[in-house]
Amino acid sequence: MAEVQLTQSNWEDEVLNSNIPVLVDFWAPWCGPCRMVAPVVAEIANEYEGKLKVGRLNTDEEPEIAVRYGIMSIPTLMIFKNGEVVDQIIGAVPKEYIVEKLEQIL
Amino acid sequence: MYDVIIIGGGPAGLTAGLYAARGGLRTLICEEKVFGGQILMSYEVDNYPGFPKGISGMDLMDNFIKQAEKFGVEMNYEGVKSIEDEGKTKYVVLSNDTKLSTKTIIIAAGASPNKLNCPGEKKFTGKGVSYCATCDGAFFRGRPVAVVGGGDSALEEALYLANLASKVYVIHRRDQLRAVKVLQDRAFANKKLEFIFNHVVKEIQGDKFVNGVLIENTQTGELSRLEVEGVFIYIGMTPNTKFVEDLIKLDEDGYIIVNDRMETNIPGIFAAGDIRVTPLRQVLTAASDGAIAASCAQKYIEMNF
Repeated sequence: MAEVQLTQSNWEDEVLNSNIPVLVDFWAPWCGPCRMVAPVVAEIANEYEGKLKVGRLNTDEEPEIAVRYGIMSIPTLMIFKNGEVVDQIIGAVPKEYIVEKLEQIL
Repeated sequence: MYDVIIIGGGPAGLTAGLYAARGGLRTLICEEKVFGGQILMSYEVDNYPGFPKGISGMDLMDNFIKQAEKFGVEMNYEGVKSIEDEGKTKYVVLSNDTKLSTKTIIIAAGASPNKLNCPGEKKFTGKGVSYCATCDGAFFRGRPVAVVGGGDSALEEALYLANLASKVYVIHRRDQLRAVKVLQDRAFANKKLEFIFNHVVKEIQGDKFVNGVLIENTQTGELSRLEVEGVFIYIGMTPNTKFVEDLIKLDEDGYIIVNDRMETNIPGIFAAGDIRVTPLRQVLTAASDGAIAASCAQKYIEMNF
């Protein structure tokens, strides 16, 4: 499943009202670790297809959402379930660390 | 069996991969976090030859990765738990417990930024505490921040933050900076930077986000508070050698001791980049180490197999 590009206009539909958990990757073009984390997030999107939705939010283009969720460091990965933040991972971490967090929730 | 397994996907590992694969060796790079390494955190690299206008750490590493891929390097996102030496055959045990056999190993796992280990640091990581000004600086536009440290990285990042923040305090435990003169000159000339020498951070304070740091004068013991919303920490590095310390000879600071062929104490196991004992840790020197290590690994294979 392709990752969803998240914006203020589709945030409610794609994240808050999603019927499966959502992993949101908060990133920005200037952030080196963010660009390098992207392939890991893409792998996870493939491996968890159907069980997890993966979305990417550009904090540069969508600052309101970044502020709403108190993002002050990127990359931040936030896991949403039933519209609520259930976990978050700040900074570049090993893939297995992300998978461990997901397994606790899925 | 692999010819070479390279542990770490920064400048040293990627260059070793490029040389090894280009030399026809079956090559794997294991990187547990992100390919590119620490230089990804740098907004601009202006001392890597060939880029007279400077280049961002991210773009430079994108090029390194593409060039290694071009020659057919295999890459995975796995950490390495341990390495084993059984003479000609060596083993790399991945974090998922897969055990890979290889003729040679190049350890290029780099170093990690040190933490302050003061109250509040962990609690506010991502909520005002950062180790990457390039990534997070933009969230502090128009706000006061502090940079902790007095080396090249601390000053480079303080100068970068001065473009965004309303004020940048540089807190350093000594009475003078360790950074190179050109950076010191630029930093002292920048009106947004204020230097606080002979002070250490005792606590990072806040409620939901950081709102200040408690600092202590190392001469008098006097405590004071700075009102800042961001704290950027650049207080040196620790080599990532824990997983090889039983097998590989290290110096007292934990860096790997190699000879001029990048050979460790174990034949067929090499080290390259920031992880080794070296007087200079730059992208350029890491890349150079990687090239030497791969070339000598290839010669080792020709002699022994």
